[in-house]
Amino acid sequence: MRTRPPHRALTVASVGAIAVLTLSGCVANDSSTAHEKLTVSSSATDCTVSADTAPAGSVVFTVTNTGDQVTEFYLLGSDELSIKGEVENIGPGLSRDLVVQLSAGDYFTACKPGMVGDGIDKAAFTVSESDAAAAAPTVDMAAQIDVANTNYASYVKDQVNQLVTGTTAFAAAYVAADDDAARALYAPTRAHWERVETIAESFGDLDPKLDLREADLEEGQEWTGWHAIEKDLWPAEAEAGFAAYTPEQRSYLADLLVTDTATLDSKVQDISFTLSQQTNGAIGLLDEVATGKVTGEEEFWSHTDLWDFQANIDGAAVLYAGVRDLLVEKDPDLATSLDEEFTALQDLLDAQRVGEGFQLYTDLTPADIRALADQVNALGEPLNQLTAALVL
Amino acid sequence: MIGRTRKPAAPAPTTSTDPTAADGPDGEPAAARGLTRRGLLGLAGAGAAGVGLGIAGDRVVTAAVDGSAGNATAQYPFYGTHQAGIVTPAQDRLHFAAFDLAGDATRADLIGLLKDWTAAAAAMTAGNDVGEFGAVSGSYDAPPQDTGEAQGLPPAGLTITFGFGPTLFDTAEGADRFGISSRRPADLTALPHFPGDDLDPAFSDGDLCIQACADDPQVAVHAIRNLSRIAFGRAVIRWSQLGFGRTSSTSTSQATPRNLFGFKDGTANIKAEEPDTVSEHVWVPGGDGQSWLAGGSYLVARRIRMTIETWDRTILREQEAVFGRTKGAGAPLSGGTEFTEPDFTTAGRDGEPLIGQASHVRLAHPAQNGGTQLLRRGYNFVDGNDALGRLEAGLFFISYQRTPKQFTTVQSSLARNDAMNEYVKHVASALFVVPPGAGTGSYVGAPLFA
Repeated sequence: MRTRPPHRALTVASVGAIAVLTLSGCVANDSSTAHEKLTVSSSATDCTVSADTAPAGSVVFTVTNTGDQVTEFYLLGSDELSIKGEVENIGPGLSRDLVVQLSAGDYFTACKPGMVGDGIDKAAFTVSESDAAAAAPTVDMAAQIDVANTNYASYVKDQVNQLVTGTTAFAAAYVAADDDAARALYAPTRAHWERVETIAESFGDLDPKLDLREADLEEGQEWTGWHAIEKDLWPAEAEAGFAAYTPEQRSYLADLLVTDTATLDSKVQDISFTLSQQTNGAIGLLDEVATGKVTGEEEFWSHTDLWDFQANIDGAAVLYAGVRDLLVEKDPDLATSLDEEFTALQDLLDAQRVGEGFQLYTDLTPADIRALADQVNALGEPLNQLTAALVL
Repeated sequence: MIGRTRKPAAPAPTTSTDPTAADGPDGEPAAARGLTRRGLLGLAGAGAAGVGLGIAGDRVVTAAVDGSAGNATAQYPFYGTHQAGIVTPAQDRLHFAAFDLAGDATRADLIGLLKDWTAAAAAMTAGNDVGEFGAVSGSYDAPPQDTGEAQGLPPAGLTITFGFGPTLFDTAEGADRFGISSRRPADLTALPHFPGDDLDPAFSDGDLCIQACADDPQVAVHAIRNLSRIAFGRAVIRWSQLGFGRTSSTSTSQATPRNLFGFKDGTANIKAEEPDTVSEHVWVPGGDGQSWLAGGSYLVARRIRMTIETWDRTILREQEAVFGRTKGAGAPLSGGTEFTEPDFTTAGRDGEPLIGQASHVRLAHPAQNGGTQLLRRGYNFVDGNDALGRLEAGLFFISYQRTPKQFTTVQSSLARNDAMNEYVKHVASALFVVPPGAGTGSYVGAPLFA
């Protein structure tokens, strides 16, 4: 991809609690979803909630930091320990919403100015029965999240392991000047990268070293990785005057590719994921499709963008599958919507299959591209509700 | 209302105003001031330089004044030490055009064009038609001198700002077409390639540029249209851009506007009320190499495409993290209100700064760029949609600075690390040197040819 900061995978990682809205893939106003709206004022000494009770259902706490330290707000369970909802990192003077779906029961509210200690001004908060209340989850959410995390970590390791194997073969063919073999291996091997692209991007320099596009180079910056080799393998697509690489250059680039891929492999061995990293990872993969693949910018010379497209979708679908059972519990309408949109996108991709691979991007008609782009948007809107729907 | 014509506020230059003399080299009549088209609007703004948005210093009060209707009666003088349209309170609308000189244009053609443009610009910024006879008078068997669509419209705070591109001094092949190569400022070199640049050459660069800003879109378009017409035979439009909403404030009298990401833009911009800052960061001093440029500036234009469809479905947490500010008030995430100075050290629960390392406000901040500041004057644009059905939308970035190195410093920082890069792409770029303002009776760029 490019020299983009790894914010998808990491900086959004600390998602605390956000909404559990019953949105079904759109953000239109739904008058049937009424939110109980409360305010919280967090000062150095007080944590004043506008009411100490609310009916079961969607509750919004608008937390305003009236102190001079960074603050947090917690909604705790009846044991005063388990966290039912939280907002963190609220700077002085700022406000932020906590949107939670609450069932009837006893809760506690507390603020934590300065982000240290047990919180101050802890107070009882009661949620009463109401018609709007969602049924309490019947599954062990924590256990499911653990399973999803473990499974996804295994998937990432497996894909990177296959990437290592494929890269070694690709590099060997390239160095041996067997360009036909290298070209044949290029897209299928990169698919393993693209399936876990947002993970690879989280490791600082590795992404630019392995996946930088020529347009993303800085003046004087060395160009290495897949796309540098891609240009050499498809020289007919390069600009006039492009000089084929020497055998020494080929060896250098191939060795670096293998070495950097091995580094990636070692880095993913101990990897683990929070739920929000998974959901935001799926969103990030679809964004990659929307900005780089559906536009044909990623594979500028080989035009194998649809291989990458499919691989990004594969990765997003795996992430979604891992959390789907949770979603069915929390927001079945959103799950239904995502099922449909993933299927519709896959149908469009399947229509472009040729043998083991796909049509080249340059062989797609404008109508084909438009249909793919439209379906990416159709999937993207509900997919981007996933974090808010799941994370607590 | 006073239903009669009035004289323009600014005296006309002595050159190129007499239609019986000083015809252009190609026989085209030189532009001249003449009929007043906007008499109906009365004398409210006449003769008063920069009436309009008062420098009240009270943002609440002026925010109410500074509504969507803009300030139709504002009028800014064309002649002066510096060109207008730089520290002038940013108007609501933009029409920007870059021109290339004709292949056979001579030095005399170029000078003649600048004289004609100066006269026409002075007339239009005063709320007058172009030419002695304007839009609806003169020989019945001659085309009207003014195109006419601004009749009855107020001056609308129109400013017209001219710039010279690197290729005016030396062509790509090194030709000195106009005998000014030796006067080319050392800083007027091509901008470097920044990471992520995907520039369209047809929409970049140019020999000359004109920035027309006004609070009425038709007034801005009228300006470019007439100046383009005046240039036929000598120069032609290379590319042009309409902007529909300002994205920066250049005066503390203005409320901070929003870009198409929905965030306030230009909160920390250089403001006209900070003369020392303007002098230090915007105007080229006499000692910066070429004396003809004293009082001028450098203009960088960048067409920045936003993938707003992707942005719009991005979670609020990330949107605010990208900017480092709240989306509502525009306060830095470290706390406070819009104009609170960001605190880049205040950390959150995980020990990371609340204003992230890759956030836009951090990377663009003078503290992260050796004190570098730019005067930004960009505009939102939406030019229909692309083949994928996405809005062809973004920011037409314009900045003024004493040297292009200021822009290069900031943009290098942003292009490398800005979290916003995921949602933007620079698709066109241009650099121009902006000569100082013309004195009454002279023309824009005269010192360059002296």
